[in-house]
Formats: sequence, C-alpha cells, structure tokens
Amino acid sequence: MLRFVAIRLLQAIPVLLIISVVTFLMMKAAPGGPFDQEVKAMDEVIAALEAHYHLDKPAIQQYLIWLGNAIQGDLGPSFKYSNRSVNELIASSFPVSLELGLWAMMIALGLGIGAGVMASIRPNTTTDYLPMSVAMIGICVPRFVMGPILILVFAIYLQWYNASGWFFASDRVLPALTLGVYYAAYVARLTRGGMLEVLGQDYIRTARAKGASENRVILRHALKGGIRPVVSFFGPAMANLLAGSFIVETIFQIPGLGRFFILSAFNRDYTMLLGTVLFYSVLIIVLNLIADIVLVWLNPRMRFE
Amino acid sequence: MKSRDLIKLLLYGLAMLGGGVFLLYALSGFGNRPRLIDQGVKDKILHMGNGSEPSGIDVHLTTGVQEHAIQMALTEGLMSEDPITLDPVPGMAERWDISEDGTVYTFYLRDALWSNGDSVTAQDFALSFKRALSASIGSEYSYMLFPLVNGEAYFKGEVEDFDQVGAKALDDKTLQITLEYSIPYFLSLINHHSWYPVHIASVEANGGFADRSNTWARLGTFVGNGPFVLHEWNVNSVLSVRKNPLYWDADSVKLNGINFYHIESLDTEERAFRAGQIHKTYKLPLPKIPHYIAEKDPRLLNAPYLGTYQYALNTSIKGLDDKRVRKALSMSIDRDSIVRNVTGAGEFPSYSIVPPDCAGYNSRSKVEYDVPEAQRLLAEAGYPGGEGFPKFSILYNTLESHKSIAEAIQQMWKENLGIEVGLENQEWKVYLDSKVRGDFDIVRFGWIGDYVDPNTFMDLYTGNSGNNNTRWASKEYDSLVVAASKENDPEKRLEIFQKAEEILVDEVPFIPIYYYMSTYLVDQRVKGLYPNLLDHHPYKHVYLEE
Amino acid sequence: MSDIADISNSQEAIDLAQAEKGASLWQDSWRRLRKNHLAVSGGAILLVTGFICLLGIWVGQPHDAQNLDLGATAPSAEHWLGTDMLGRDLLSRVLFGGRISLMVGLAATFVSLVIGVIYGTLSGYIGGKVDAVMMRIVDILYTIPFIIFVILLMVFFGRNLFLIFAAIGAVEWLTMARIVRGQVLSVKNEEFIEAARALGLSQARIIFRHMIPNVIGPVIVYATLTVPAVMLLEAVLSFLGLGVQAPATSWGALIKEGADAMEEYPWMLLFPGGTLAISLFCLNFLGDGLRDALDVRRSKD
Repeated sequence: MLRFVAIRLLQAIPVLLIISVVTFLMMKAAPGGPFDQEVKAMDEVIAALEAHYHLDKPAIQQYLIWLGNAIQGDLGPSFKYSNRSVNELIASSFPVSLELGLWAMMIALGLGIGAGVMASIRPNTTTDYLPMSVAMIGICVPRFVMGPILILVFAIYLQWYNASGWFFASDRVLPALTLGVYYAAYVARLTRGGMLEVLGQDYIRTARAKGASENRVILRHALKGGIRPVVSFFGPAMANLLAGSFIVETIFQIPGLGRFFILSAFNRDYTMLLGTVLFYSVLIIVLNLIADIVLVWLNPRMRFE
Repeated sequence: MKSRDLIKLLLYGLAMLGGGVFLLYALSGFGNRPRLIDQGVKDKILHMGNGSEPSGIDVHLTTGVQEHAIQMALTEGLMSEDPITLDPVPGMAERWDISEDGTVYTFYLRDALWSNGDSVTAQDFALSFKRALSASIGSEYSYMLFPLVNGEAYFKGEVEDFDQVGAKALDDKTLQITLEYSIPYFLSLINHHSWYPVHIASVEANGGFADRSNTWARLGTFVGNGPFVLHEWNVNSVLSVRKNPLYWDADSVKLNGINFYHIESLDTEERAFRAGQIHKTYKLPLPKIPHYIAEKDPRLLNAPYLGTYQYALNTSIKGLDDKRVRKALSMSIDRDSIVRNVTGAGEFPSYSIVPPDCAGYNSRSKVEYDVPEAQRLLAEAGYPGGEGFPKFSILYNTLESHKSIAEAIQQMWKENLGIEVGLENQEWKVYLDSKVRGDFDIVRFGWIGDYVDPNTFMDLYTGNSGNNNTRWASKEYDSLVVAASKENDPEKRLEIFQKAEEILVDEVPFIPIYYYMSTYLVDQRVKGLYPNLLDHHPYKHVYLEE
Repeated sequence: MSDIADISNSQEAIDLAQAEKGASLWQDSWRRLRKNHLAVSGGAILLVTGFICLLGIWVGQPHDAQNLDLGATAPSAEHWLGTDMLGRDLLSRVLFGGRISLMVGLAATFVSLVIGVIYGTLSGYIGGKVDAVMMRIVDILYTIPFIIFVILLMVFFGRNLFLIFAAIGAVEWLTMARIVRGQVLSVKNEEFIEAARALGLSQARIIFRHMIPNVIGPVIVYATLTVPAVMLLEAVLSFLGLGVQAPATSWGALIKEGADAMEEYPWMLLFPGGTLAISLFCLNFLGDGLRDALDVRRSKD
C-alpha cells in the first residue's frame, strides 16, 4: 500500500504542473483583466499596475516567475486585496471551510447512510419511501432556497441563531445543516442503490443461510459493499466540501475559502485564482487517493494497482 | 485485525463525539440570546453592514464606496463634511485663505495629532499628495489631483521635481495649494479620499514610499488622524474601529466604536438586520424596497444618490449613427412606469444627465415621453413602424435588476416602435471589456458623481473622457465644458452647463433612465445619521440612544 | 462446452446465460418495470409534464407579455399561478422554463452518462498504467476553474444551446466515471467475469454484456441525481451569460428569482419549485424502478 501511495504522490507532480499551466492559459485568454473597473483607469495607471505585478512581461515569463515562487511556497500577492498575500488569505480562510466541511460531512454521512440503509432493508415499502422522500428534500430544495428558509425560521422568527456570520459556536449550526442535508440526499440515494446491489449477492445469502442475525448481515457484511458508490462519490465531494461552498458561505457570510475560489475568477485576481486552484488540486488528489484506498479496504478482493 | 478494530472504535468514537459537540452547538442557540444591536446600544458601538470586503484602507489605493466608509472613520482630510448638506467644514485645516482669482488656497492646520502621537503637519499633506501623484503606485484616482499646478505633468513624468507642483508646506502648519485654474467646488473636491493624508513615517517603515505592495495599511502598523483607530480586521467578516482619544475633536465623538461587517449578499445583510445583528444596512435588495415603503417602515431611509442609470449608445454603428433613431429610442421609454413598477424605490426618472439639486443645479432640458413623435422620427429615419430596423441588443452585466429594466425597455420598444431588440448579459469583467472595446450596440451604464458638482457628470461625455464609450463627440460640447471650468461667476457657470446639457439631450449619445437612490435600513436608536447625496455619514455626529 | 458444464451449478452461470441472451434480458427488465406501478406512474407524469411544457407555449399566454402596472400578483382566476414582478403570467413562464430545463437536464445528463460510463469502465477494466493516466486526467478536469471555462466557451463560440450541454456534460461526467470505475474494479475479479473470459468472449462483449449491466445500478441512481444538479447549473451558466437569454427563462432561473422574493411573493418560489420537486420525485421513482428492473442479480428472486 505504501508503494501505491508513493506512486500516486509522484504522479501528482505532473498533474499539478498541467493544472497550473492550463489554468494560467485559460485565465490569460479570458476577457477582462484584474484592473478593469466600472470607471476606466488612465492608461498610465494600468501600465504602472501591470509593471508592478509583472504583467507587462511575456506570458511564459509571467508563468515561470509565478512557478518559481510557488515552488518555494510563495503564491504571490493578491491583486484585489492590495497588501495581502495569497498564502495569508488561504491560510486564514481554509480552517473555516474545513470546520464547516467536517460538520457538513458528519451530517451528510450520518443522515445519508442511516436513511439509505433503512430504505434498503425492505425496498418498495413504507420504510423505503419515507426516508427516501425525506432525503429528496435535499435534492429538490436548492441550497440557495434551503439556507434562507432555515434563517427565516430559526434566526428571524424564533431568534435562536444568528442570521449570518461565523462568530459563535451556534453560528455553525444552520450552515452545516444547509450543506449537510444537501450531501445527505446524495449519500442516502447512493447508499440505498449500493445496498440493494449487494444484498442480492451470494455472500449475503451465505451469511443469512448460516443464520447470522439480520442486523449483523446488514451492518457487518452488506454495508461494506453497499457504500462503495458513496466512497467514489465522496472523494471529490469531500474536496468540494473542504474547499468551501460558495453558495453557503455567501448566504451565511462565512469567511471561508469557497468564496475566494469563485470570486478570484470573477475578479480576475490571477495570483489568487492560481493559488486557490492549486490548493484545491492538492485536496482533490489527496482525497481521491484516500477514496481509492478505502475502496480497497472495503473489498478484500480488490488489489492496489 | 486488531488495528482495524481499533480504527473502527476510533471512528465510532469520533462520530459520537462530533454528534455530541454539534448537538451542544445547536443547543447553545436556545435561551435568551442577547441581540448584538441591544448590546451595541449599551456599549455605544455602532454595528453596520458595509458591503463586500474592502480591497484595503490605504487612501491612495482604493476606489470603492465601502473602503471610503472606513477611511472616513480612520482619516480626516483638510476639510470635513456637514452631515446633512455635505458642505465643507473645517477638518485638519482650522481656517484658510483663498486668493482673489481663486487659484491659491492657503490652509492653516490646527494642532492635531496622528494616532501614534505625532503631530499632523503641512509636510504630511504635501508628501501625501506627492504619493497620490506618483505613477508607480498605480492609483486609479491620481487624476483627482490634476487640478494642482503641474499635477498632471508630475504624474506623467514631465516634471520630476515635486517642488514645482502646486502643493507646498510653507511651514509645519501652513499648506499652500496652487491650482491650474479656479475651481468653485474645490473645498468639496478635497473631501474625496484621494486628498486625504497618510502617515508618511509609517508608510516608509513598511515598504517603498510609492510601492503598491506596501504593508503599512494593516492592523498594527496603520496610523491615522481620524476620530477612530483600527482595532480588529478579519477578512470577509468584520473590521472594527474604536474611539481615538488623540483625535482633536474627541470630545464630540459620541460613539465608542464602529464594527463594519462585510456582507457580500444584500439579502444576507437584510436578514442580519432583522435578526438584530446590525444597526444599519449598506443597501437593501431591490424586491424588498417596495415592501418596506408600503409598510411605511420608519427604519427605511431612502434618499437621492448622486448617480445616473443610463444606456450608452454606440453611435458608430448603422442605425444608431442617426440622431433621429437615438431620439426615437429615448422618447419611447416610459420612465415613470419603470421607476414605479420595476425599480420601485421612489427613484426619479432621468431625462438628462445631472441629478436634480446637484450643487444648486437643475437641468432645464429634458427628453419627453412622446410615442407619436418617436414613431415619426423613426419613420423619418427610414424605419416606418420599425420596418427594416437592424437587430440590436442591450448589453448589461448580470444582475436581476438590470435584467428587469432591460426586459421592460425591450417590451416598450416593441410596443411603441415595433422594433425587436435582443438582451445579452455578461459577467462583470467581460462586460467591462466589451464596453471599453466598443463591442456593443446599447450598453447599460451607471455613473456616480465623485463630488457634488455638475462637472463630475458633464465631464463624462467629453471627447477625451476615458469613460465615454459611445464614440460620440462634439467640439461645441467640449468647448462649453472647458469654458465652464474657467468661469468664475457661479451663475454664469451653471448657465454654460445648461447649454452643454441641451446638446447632450438633443444629440442623445446615451439614454438616461433614472437617478439612483441610496436605500438602507437604520435602527431607530441610531441618531445623527442623515441621508444625503453622497451617502457619506461623518461618524462623529452619529450616536446611539437607549 | 465442458467449461460451461463446470460452472453450470453456480449462480454466475445463470447470469452469464441470461446476459448472453441480451434481448431477453431487456425484455425481462421491461416486464419487471411495468409491474412497478410507482415507476410507471412516475414516468407517465414526467412524460405528461414534458408534453404540457411543449404544448403550453402555443395555447397559453405568451411567456414574455408584460403588464408593468399589474406587477406581482397572487394566483387568481386569470393567472392561475399568479404573476411575476413585471406582471408576466407565471404559469406560462413555468411551462416555458420547463421546456428548457427538461431538455438541458435530460440531454446533459445523457451526455455525462455516456461519457462517464464508457470512460469509467475502460479505465477500471483495462487497469494498470492506462487507468492511472485516465484517472489523473479526471483529477485535472475536476480542478479546472469552471467559471473561466464557461466564459471562454462563450467568448470563443458565442451563445448556443449546444454549448450549454457541452459545458455541463464536461463537468458532470467526472464523478460518474469515478463511480463506474470503482464498481468495475470490484466486479472485475468476480467469478462470472473470469468465467466469461474463460469462455473466450471478446473484450467488448465482456464489457458491454457483463460489466456494464453489473454496474448499472449506481449509475442510474447517480444519473437521477445528476438531473437536478444540471438543471440548477444551467442557472449558473445563465449568470455567466451562456445560458438562456432573458426574457426566455428556465426553472433554475425562476427558482432563483422566486428565492429572492420568497417572503414578499411566495408563489414565485412555490410554483416553479413545486414543479421541479414533482418532476424530480417522478424521475427518482422511475430511476429506482429502472434500477430494480435492470438488476441482474435480483431478477432471480
């Protein structure tokens, strides 16, 4: 397994390089620059700004300058927030997204796997339809509707929680629910599908035939195979969760990374965009790797390859 | 398999612990939650929403309204503003002399201190102006200081010695400013943040004098001379300031501090207001405004704002190069209906460019809503009943309100003139790019005045204006705007503006739609905060009443 | 033939035999699906909804006729679902939006399904270096900043419906591919695949006849989850200027508008949101029915 991990990490190097080159090229090709504003600045000002951030140099040189610094761990200054560095902005916002993401993941897995397993025990009966219909709420109600509804009910009418911000422990509750319920719906449906797939298999029949209790069959034998699709789904989903959700962070005004990820593209904040993309790439690579390891762990017949 | 069991146990344990902690978090919301604004009233801390995260607080680097709102708390210029009329009142300058011809201003500074105890000197101002005019810093607002003698030349590198620029410290407390020509609104002009002073020693201690990446304007290193000092700054969350005991007029500052909450979404902000987290919102989302107006909610403040919402026309393309067509398009828009039914915040329909009551100026010329005349003009131009009219589209940056207005106007043109125009939305930066490159037929455009004088609007459509994207220019118009700038008699000057505006209304390089309003919610315990044209609220007049 | 005799006792042989009679497998599935009333009614409602959306454009009020002075009004005899802020009939807008949303939702999902299943199966089945390269490409595509990608699409190709499918299909197949690959990896070492290999069946035959039917369950489930994601993603594309152009609309755009005014004009959220929810419920019942019907293992019960 160590060999497997090592190979994957080695593969990550060219992947990260390709990602940064592609992002850089796309970013340069997109119309509009970091210093375009409603009131157009004078040509001299634009020239000074471009000189300051090396944007007056040939594209290849710009990329190499950025790469050189990035290898040394310096992602450069943010164009938009004039005296802050990209490192600093990521360092201050990632822990927030991480915390929110972990809470949301907990809710998603707890509710989702619970509902999915329950539904799969007796498919096409009430114990299937009820949890699955509840799970559908997460799918039918988009987050930009769910968030405001939770705020209206719990923050404005009941006055239990704050409507926005990330100051108190209780500020975690509503955003985590908004995000968690959405992913829970995916997890629930994927779990149900996976479980039904597995429950028909021989080894489950064998276990049943051997007289194992139903609980034991489900929890010990079936669940392992049943959550495989969830694991495949959860690698990238988890990266999305940890990198922060733009929608939820905006609705609840949470100072997380997800907002920078999207806004840097809108602001054409080149260094910030490259920095967040790179950071996100690392997350994706690591979490997909973990997902692949868990897949093998769940299925003894599979090998690391 | 021992280690596997251990991992399992650990995972279960973690899950239980997580669930428990989350439950605790959830429960901590119950019970009597003290509302932030009630606590704020007790502590004399004003909690206010302030738009999106500021790009910084260095007065030479920022362009936005939310940055200015913070800079006003931290820094004070030569002059300050009356909270109601915005008329200039003494700030760092205690008194001043103006020469006969209105080109030389001598400011006598009061004994004021920076927040680190240094005294505020005339040299601080002169050097600040030098920094603002240094091209290398890349300040978008450098041009605000171009009225200084040799200001523009210094910026462009044609003059290298700052001594030749019209800003001199005669001694520690006397500052002499020499202008290229007389500017009747000069004392208002210098209330713009680009004229604010910076603490030069701090600037130099944290990077180059005119280096954009200078890190002085941050918590810990920032030094100001305003009524408040920087206290806390969390990105995308809150920036708080506390009372500055060294401020020259500290006795009249009634607040102990202000917390600026940076809330990107207006809907989120409005909900935070209702949940009792902020005393004042930055703005109000459009669909909510008519509702608050209908309820006659006393917390709603709604005041004219110095800006014009308009559609710029690309006069270089066939069809729109014909004045009659442009006029017909403008005349067939029912602006009353738009402000009543679409925008709905009590905006005034716009028939020219300068908003009403702008420094005593009210436009005489206006374009009438006259459908038969519009149809006649269109027919005369060769498109009777809209026949053969080229297919244009209205370009706007993505925003629900821009979309609604464009949809309404599209329908009006269809019904009144029989012409079909398309709608096209673009993401903000793409839209800016299209606008500047002239890659549009009709483009939505908002113009906000920098200072309270018609000139800030008249400048926009001069031939050399960088923001006139219409490809329209008129020598006559340009010469009138120049003549106005040289006219010392206020009456005559406004008269020249009237003439210039007549040309704009007759030539229709753009279609005015409405004048902006600033609309926001303010808790009723907040006093001394008055609506005004620039939406500036000098904080030393603001207080909270229990 | 002795090979078959050797394994004829195992369940896999039955699967294999069944799978080899491809036509009857589909017939069987269809028969099972028809017996699932919930799935059948779900599918029927979806069809009817789609039909009404298409028809509504010709029989109802035009979706873009404004009545500014009327403004937003609650449901009434004249406007069954009320009107929006420009006084437009909400019913005709919901129907018009449905045409676009259903089309985008189903077509883009289909695109992502095809790409994802083929890509994931190949990657998992071939394995080794090919798998590693293919999956690293997926990693790369995951991280491409979507907003910039869409802006570039629009700049270079202009605005058209095909691009919407392309843009959405381009991102949505990635997770699908990962799920399929995960399933394939776990199935490929099972006995019935080895049996099929032993029989000397061609690779393509093994993949399409034996591999894909055995991973189809999670695929269908994830596809039904992709439809709502795609419909809402369409609204994001509209924001960037690539999606449908005003005054045309979609469910995603209508729900966004409704969400902004949910307290003042709740019907503007309720009706488009409700329509979307009903469609998604139907789709999921249909999807579950399909999954059950196509499940080669359960079919023996």
